[in-house]
Amino acid sequence: MSQSYDRGIVEDYGRWREFSPGMWAWVLHKFTGWILIGYLFTHIAVLSTVLDGGATYTETIQGLESLFIVRIMEIGLLAVAVFHILNGVRLLMIDLGIGLDKQAASFYVSLVVTAIIVIASIPTFLGEVGV
Amino acid sequence: MSTHDTQPDAAASSETDTDRDTVVLEVFRYQPDDEDAEPYYETFEVPFEEGMTVLDALLHARDYGDGTLTFRHSCRQGICGSDAMFVNGRQRLCCTTQVSDLKQPIQIDPLPHQDVIKDLVVDMDHFYDQMHAVDPFFDPDDPPSNELEEQLQSPENREKIKMATRCIWCGACTSSCNIAAGDNEYLGPAPLTKAYRFINDEREGDERRKQRLEQMTDDHAVWRCQTQFSCTEVCPKDIPNTEHIQELKRLAAKYDLSLF
Ligand code: SF4
Ligand code: FES
Repeated sequence: MSQSYDRGIVEDYGRWREFSPGMWAWVLHKFTGWILIGYLFTHIAVLSTVLDGGATYTETIQGLESLFIVRIMEIGLLAVAVFHILNGVRLLMIDLGIGLDKQAASFYVSLVVTAIIVIASIPTFLGEVGV
Repeated sequence: MSTHDTQPDAAASSETDTDRDTVVLEVFRYQPDDEDAEPYYETFEVPFEEGMTVLDALLHARDYGDGTLTFRHSCRQGICGSDAMFVNGRQRLCCTTQVSDLKQPIQIDPLPHQDVIKDLVVDMDHFYDQMHAVDPFFDPDDPPSNELEEQLQSPENREKIKMATRCIWCGACTSSCNIAAGDNEYLGPAPLTKAYRFINDEREGDERRKQRLEQMTDDHAVWRCQTQFSCTEVCPKDIPNTEHIQELKRLAAKYDLSLF
């Protein structure tokens, strides 16, 4: 055999356009998983302010909640968490060998249900900004 | 990427002047003989015929266009598994893919995640190594003294492994797998389906089955599968690879537990 041509990086990054539902589900599951881990640390940081006394904690929370951007991020967090849970159930079923031929459909269902829950939550999150 | 246009079917179309439908192929070309060869896409126009497969189109492009166009093929009927390629963004068997089912121009690349030797020919060695790693042959604990003696299998047992026996070693599944692309040691879908085929064959016996299961508990075997389902989607023989791997995962887990 003579030398061969390795298509390398071009081949790998160009491939996302060809991804099938199962591959997107995998990518989104990893992505949302990392965001949830990141959130866990911020969550602990915010909760830790209670160590300085209840007043500091209340102040911190009120300060954060009065920011519009924080409200938006909370909606994002809800979306991430809901999708991760629903797809997690989907993966659990797949691991149990249930409904493997419905895996693409169940991914779309996860997305749609996430969207519905997130849209329904918007009034709650944005309702009393700045009050 | 440079484009190199030819009129390969000039001779062919002079015989039939009527405005026939043409098939446009964008074919990945790579000539290793050339010192600093860079791959490029070449466009071929091929007269369409009823029932034409992608392989037919490629053969026409080679025979009437550029005779140096290189690709593997043999049986032309989905048996030998030599012409899996990346056609319009997906691993397909060229001889079982109808041109009329595809959007034009039809882009044909060599299988992703394998080194390209020339044009559409990739280096399949690693795939074959992984296949051989699972001992893909019937290997019973106690072979009958007379080697030619028939070894009967129950119809139910045969039914269970039916799909898994259909693999033609085309490599489409492994080429589509993101995990196999990132982990060279991962056995990959087809070898795992092979393992499934023999682990579930009741005629092999407990000893052999144990050895085979042991291999499945390896770090680079079933647990690497992330259930992306790409292998199942591209398999030209409709083998439910992911389902098989999922079942092997459950068997591997039970096997591990039984050791405690
Ligand atoms: S499992 Fe299917 S895609 Fe994979 S090598 Fe066998 S026939 Fe080809
Ligand atoms: S030529 Fe044999 S499988 Fe396509």
